[in-house]
Amino acid sequence: MMRKLIFVLLGIAFGIVMYKAEAASWFRIFEMFNFQSFHMYGFIGSALAVGVIGVQYFKRSQSKDVDGEDIVIQPKAKSIPRYLIGGVFFGLGWALVGACPGPIFALLGSGVFSIIIVIIGALAGTYFYGLIRKYLPH
Amino acid sequence: MEMIFGTWPWYVGGPLVAIIMLILIKLGKSFGFSSNFRTMCAAIGAGKSCDFFDFNWKSQRWNLLFLLGTIIGGFIAANLLANNQIAPISEESISALQAYGFESAGKAYLPTELFFDLSPKNIIILLVGGLFIGFGTRYAGGCTSGHAISGLSDLQWPSLVAVVGFFIGGLLMVHILFPLIF
Repeated sequence: MMRKLIFVLLGIAFGIVMYKAEAASWFRIFEMFNFQSFHMYGFIGSALAVGVIGVQYFKRSQSKDVDGEDIVIQPKAKSIPRYLIGGVFFGLGWALVGACPGPIFALLGSGVFSIIIVIIGALAGTYFYGLIRKYLPH
Repeated sequence: MEMIFGTWPWYVGGPLVAIIMLILIKLGKSFGFSSNFRTMCAAIGAGKSCDFFDFNWKSQRWNLLFLLGTIIGGFIAANLLANNQIAPISEESISALQAYGFESAGKAYLPTELFFDLSPKNIIILLVGGLFIGFGTRYAGGCTSGHAISGLSDLQWPSLVAVVGFFIGGLLMVHILFPLIF
């Protein structure tokens, strides 16, 4: 029960940060892809700086998670086509809608109800991938 | 108060997101938001018609709780920690957007012309954008959280390939397709 509450609280913190720092603003995503502000680059860059230090610390100190298990970050399969082609599709959608998956749900909470159309589209797109994945290069 | 109610600077937002990711790792989970779409498909029964969704989605319930929190967080941010927050984007972006007919640029959080006017064209834009996001994230095995933040923090090169793909797609959309769409 306690653990469940922690996941909800972490999500709340994430939603607040995404909205307040404007990673959920369509305008900011447009500005980023036009290289007209440092804001989003600073956001991703500073997240990475802290993320790299933290993850490397976990790995080098062989830390355990709260259940005492080794911290293992699953390595991604080594290939190029799926990341590149899939990435291009996601980038097209990200720029058009001006929000990636996390911010989409922060926007829903903020009262932008038309974002439900995006969520329906994303579920349909995910299902479509599941149907045709056997035929796609990975 | 302005510090709380205004735009949070990147050097506050970025590190906070990284700390959230590190706490999730410490809890034995991996930060990846878009996999929730697969979980939701499985939860509504897509596993019956497609084996990609035939997995123990209940093991991902923690991520759905995180998603629920994200919705609540968006509510709190917009209603309790902001008073009609406006994204103070650059003058160049504002003039470029005004040329596309987005008069709300620089005066709102989002283009109201796109999100608060459910014309057939806007519905198609939002639906197609969502389709690309759902299809692309699952094909690439992650979105901004899974690849750009978690994957790169772990120095995994496939995530760098994915992020390069994200930018190719985004640049294509904004520079080649926007003039045709708007």
